[in-house]
Amino acid sequence: MGWAIAVHGGAGDISRSLPHERRQPREEALRHCLQIGIKALQSNLSPLDVVELVVRELENIPHFNAGRGSVLTSKGTVEMEASIMDGNTMRCGAVSGLTTVLNAVSLARLVMEKTPHIYLAFDGAEQFAREQGVEIVDSSHFITPENVERLKLAKEANRVQIDYNAQPIQNDTKKEAPCANGDSQIGTVGCVAVDCHGNLASATSTGGLVNKMAGRIGDTPVIGAGTYANELCAVSATGKGESIIRGTVARDVAALMEFKGLSLKEAADCVVHERTPKGTVGLIAVSAAGEVAMPFNTTGMFRGCATEDGHLEVAIWSDAEI
Amino acid sequence: MGWAIALHGGAGDIPLSLPLESRQPREEALRRCLQIGVEALKAKKPSLDVVELVVRELENIPQFNAGKGSVLTNKGTVEMEASIMDGSTKNCGAVSGLKTVVNAVSLARLVMEKTPHVYLAFDGAEEFAKEQGIETADSSHFITAENVERLKQANEAHRVQLDYTQPLQNGSKEERPNANGDVQLGTVGCVSVDSYGNLAAATSTGGLVNKRVGRIGDSPIIGAGTYASELCAVSCTGKGEAILCATVARDVAAMMEFKGVPLEEAASYVIHECMPKGTAGLVAVSAAGEVAMPYNTTGMFRACATEDGYSEVAI
Repeated sequence: MGWAIAVHGGAGDISRSLPHERRQPREEALRHCLQIGIKALQSNLSPLDVVELVVRELENIPHFNAGRGSVLTSKGTVEMEASIMDGNTMRCGAVSGLTTVLNAVSLARLVMEKTPHIYLAFDGAEQFAREQGVEIVDSSHFITPENVERLKLAKEANRVQIDYNAQPIQNDTKKEAPCANGDSQIGTVGCVAVDCHGNLASATSTGGLVNKMAGRIGDTPVIGAGTYANELCAVSATGKGESIIRGTVARDVAALMEFKGLSLKEAADCVVHERTPKGTVGLIAVSAAGEVAMPFNTTGMFRGCATEDGHLEVAIWSDAEI
Repeated sequence: MGWAIALHGGAGDIPLSLPLESRQPREEALRRCLQIGVEALKAKKPSLDVVELVVRELENIPQFNAGKGSVLTNKGTVEMEASIMDGSTKNCGAVSGLKTVVNAVSLARLVMEKTPHVYLAFDGAEEFAKEQGIETADSSHFITAENVERLKQANEAHRVQLDYTQPLQNGSKEERPNANGDVQLGTVGCVSVDSYGNLAAATSTGGLVNKRVGRIGDSPIIGAGTYASELCAVSCTGKGEAILCATVARDVAAMMEFKGVPLEEAASYVIHECMPKGTAGLVAVSAAGEVAMPYNTTGMFRACATEDGYSEVAI
């Protein structure tokens, strides 16, 4: 037993030749967020508090596609979304279409705790944010030059991309090979945690897809797709939102454990490697018993995890290669 | 084997004493929509077309909480949502926050077929509707006097209700609200399996009476209100929030797939063992042509028919 925590900063076609100046800040950010989560667990904060705290940190970091640093819609605007779920009570909260809310995950939690609803979106969600007095800022706060550039490239390539790595293609050496369907894969951020009593929680947050149609909702705020937690496990997914929705990814991991008796690792591997198209998904998951699984079928996934017995890991690709 | 179809017009605290003038039009509507679906299946239309067709009909009927006849938000406006899923391909489409689109389910299908996305909402969805040239109408088209009254009562009662049994006109028509104070209501939905074994599901709704502007329920959420795989197709109705957390539609299919349980058992288990009483109902069909329509509310407006000639309309 013991506590366990995992975080992700997005799965996608992350080139192994990702330049140092792009790798390092992200790895450090993951390490930093992981530490925040570990300290929170060690202080006996509930997993629900822990995942919210960690995802807030990730949202504030401009290198990840959530909160500040969110990718842009086809109109050059941000539309952020998030969800959170408490495994004990199965209560959940979700928000979509946010343009000024600093921390989407916290607004999702407020929807869960302060309204009779689970999911609020667009104008209604923004209004609720103002009623609740959560921190809001001008939309421009979230927009980074990198993302303005990504949008420009996507428009030129006339495709919707799940951002990532080909940061603004500066010269050919940085150009990444797009995956089979022409999309340049990217991510979201998420955190799952379990305390030493087996309480589980999950949270996910994102800016969505580069060049997405205004009003497009992905898997991140969809309970059962991007986020899920019950008494067995907590899951947060990342990758191609549409595939994750179709595949009800987060729920399926838990369902395989519940209905087929698979272990966390078996269930997570099955969903990622056998049930979802290659190059579309990654997820992090923890079980009530304190196990961790972080499978992905993309080139890489920015991730980190730690368990009470002292194991700690931050990685991008598979094999020990970081 | 053979084709099968089931549809619903909402589960909720439908009193057994529902007056004839409220019952009859709904039963007739269900019968009519069932016929439309049956004829389409007999004409060998694929399931995806069938469920869209039937849900469009249900949306156009003002007595059900979808399309025309949608319940109102706390601002007196309509915000309609829907989703559709093709079991063979797992392709799906969903929309939320529609104000002027006459048939939300058709827009959901267009999202699925004409965009790289699965789900569009609010302004973006309305814009897409304009681009697609789909039929729109002024918001007032969808608003009925009954729903204006429902909203008024909900405001007076300070609660969010899942519509239903009409505007309390006098004491004798007053229905007992269920344990949590909500007057339960519904959505519309249809599931079918065609002669080729293809399954599809679609659900559409106006949501909860007096809901906050921007509130999304289970109907547009794949895995919650709607789901279809190669084994079954499911459409749910009831208390959206409860259905969302419990991923009801997906769970029925998952029990069949991962536990090998037959349709009737899976559907019954999810509704009766996993959901708080008074919160949910669903219609489901399997690839083998079986039908299940469990509900844990007082009633559920429903109808079904199978190729062997069986048909049923009930509350």
